[in-house]
Amino acid sequence: MSSTSNPSTQHTSTIGAIGAPSRRNTELALLVFAVVIPVFAYANVGLALDDQVPAGLLSYGLGLGLMAGLGHLAVRKFAPYADPLLLPLATLLNGLGLVAIWRLDQSERLQASRTFVEAAPRQLMYSAIGVAFFVAVLFFLKDHRVLQRYTYISMAGALVLLLLPLVPGIGHNVFGARIWIKIPGLGTLQPGEFAKIVLAVFFAGYLMVKRDALALASRRFMGLYLPRGRDLGPIIVVWIISILILVFETDLGTSLLFFGMFVIMLYVATERTSWIVFGLLMSAAGAVGVASFEPHIQTRVQAWLDPMREFELSRAGVQDGIVHSEQAMQALWAFGSGGTLGSGWGQGHSDLIGFAANSDFILATFGEELGLAGVMALLLLYALIVERGVRTALAARDPFGKLLAIGLSGAFALQVFVVAGGVMGLIPLTGMTMPFLAYGGSSVIANWALIGILLRISDTARRPAPAPVSNPDAEMTQVVRP
Amino acid sequence: MSELTLTVMRLGFLAVLWLFVIVAVQVIRSDLFGTRVTQRGSRREAGRQQAARQAPPQQRQQSSGGRRGRNTPTKLVVTEGTLTGTTVALQGQTITLGRAHDSTIVLDDDYASSRHARIYPDRDGQWIVEDLGSTNGTYLDRTRLTTPTPISLGAPIRIGKTVIELRK
Repeated sequence: MSSTSNPSTQHTSTIGAIGAPSRRNTELALLVFAVVIPVFAYANVGLALDDQVPAGLLSYGLGLGLMAGLGHLAVRKFAPYADPLLLPLATLLNGLGLVAIWRLDQSERLQASRTFVEAAPRQLMYSAIGVAFFVAVLFFLKDHRVLQRYTYISMAGALVLLLLPLVPGIGHNVFGARIWIKIPGLGTLQPGEFAKIVLAVFFAGYLMVKRDALALASRRFMGLYLPRGRDLGPIIVVWIISILILVFETDLGTSLLFFGMFVIMLYVATERTSWIVFGLLMSAAGAVGVASFEPHIQTRVQAWLDPMREFELSRAGVQDGIVHSEQAMQALWAFGSGGTLGSGWGQGHSDLIGFAANSDFILATFGEELGLAGVMALLLLYALIVERGVRTALAARDPFGKLLAIGLSGAFALQVFVVAGGVMGLIPLTGMTMPFLAYGGSSVIANWALIGILLRISDTARRPAPAPVSNPDAEMTQVVRP
Repeated sequence: MSELTLTVMRLGFLAVLWLFVIVAVQVIRSDLFGTRVTQRGSRREAGRQQAARQAPPQQRQQSSGGRRGRNTPTKLVVTEGTLTGTTVALQGQTITLGRAHDSTIVLDDDYASSRHARIYPDRDGQWIVEDLGSTNGTYLDRTRLTTPTPISLGAPIRIGKTVIELRK
């Protein structure tokens, strides 16, 4: 966009990027790199723990390589002009997550616990299913604009997905958060992760139609454009839904994610800062209001304000009806003992966190074993995924694709912020998973599907127009020039 | 495993991880700095290659000398409306505008028809805008189009709330 405002220069803007190279070979080279790094990490863990290269190295490397290769071939076949960075970034994060999960599997402390299961093989299977979803999205979704037809069906679908955990019988309460459903014979599923994508489709379709009403009909008051009362309807409905999620599923993360995603998309669609102000005020009011009577949220806030006190209460075994948790403090210690360069793979003690060390708190393992330098690199990898998503939105030539890409990458960014901020003690801890890194099937599958949709939009945006057809009118008609 | 080896591996891993980040940023360098400076010589050469590949009109236009070559638009820019800032490179293809999902530029505008207008090069490489029987019309500057009309550089083409123009 920078050069378009300055037509006098000889620069060529590359936003529409028609005729851009497909860059599939760049993607392949980066993918090889993205597979080699986790394999290196895997060998490193083995050498640090048992003084030998782990026996599973070959099968692990082959598994990851096969997934990456299949993903790459699918992109080459079905989305040849898609962004070259998204797939390698996702592969690298997924691979590093697998290594960290496998490393925690090796911990004797965790193996001694009652609930121990070998998580790494399962996560590898979930990742494979995720890549299969990714390929399926590229194969079946030939044009993202098809999704626009399903605007209101998506709304209904998202509501059903969000409400499923509340249905007695299939809803499944794990440690205070009611966000899982149990499918007999298949295991548990976290429908909120999928609702994220479906809801983005609804918001994009809805805002594309309604944005003029939301943007233009407004009164100016104290430097802010106040929307009309009747235009406030949708934001209030989404707000109420996210508050209901908070109350009935006691899941702060999901509720923040949905409301935040809506506010981001609303802002992008209308260019009105007032929506951001409204959104922040409403989410603050909602969070404070619910926290005042919901004990599960109160515990989280307590653990955030004074993690050391929670740790001591938990150690002392105080039984006052509230579950005290040592984990928030332990995560902070893990980050602290990692320092700048970390202790090295396999040499940290983040397994002390115990339960959820490989899911909600996986970032603490990275913080301890790779240090600040490693965590910064990870956050940059996430930032690059978000940047590619926003870039895709800029390059898209249809409003629906723009909004969908912004919504998906905004949700991704919010999720990373909410999880990383929670583990690092910046905001109260929420029960969400770090995309691609953390152990959890629903999360990894949903995020691969999300990357698939982003690739589809970027393919449509960067694809060169079909070869010029000679225009019959131009041949026949004599154009008289002035 | 000796302490030294592990330290080397630890630092080596961080170095490799950061190398990946730097390589990834290199790949999107062109995005970060926004523009690509094209030397005039190389651009003409690129144009010649393209002309050889594609259409005779452009070949003639290239051979007809420097003056026309300099005034040939290379991109179409949306300057007003919801898609402001969107650019489409002009490479001899027909550009369709309208609300239909398969248009090159999809307009989100109550005043646009589904197949509103198209922009294409004629045999001499002159870009032409043609209204495709739209309800509310296509305007070049202030005049409503009735026939296919050649576009000059920088002349605003208005469709509903969207304004586009051709630029070098």
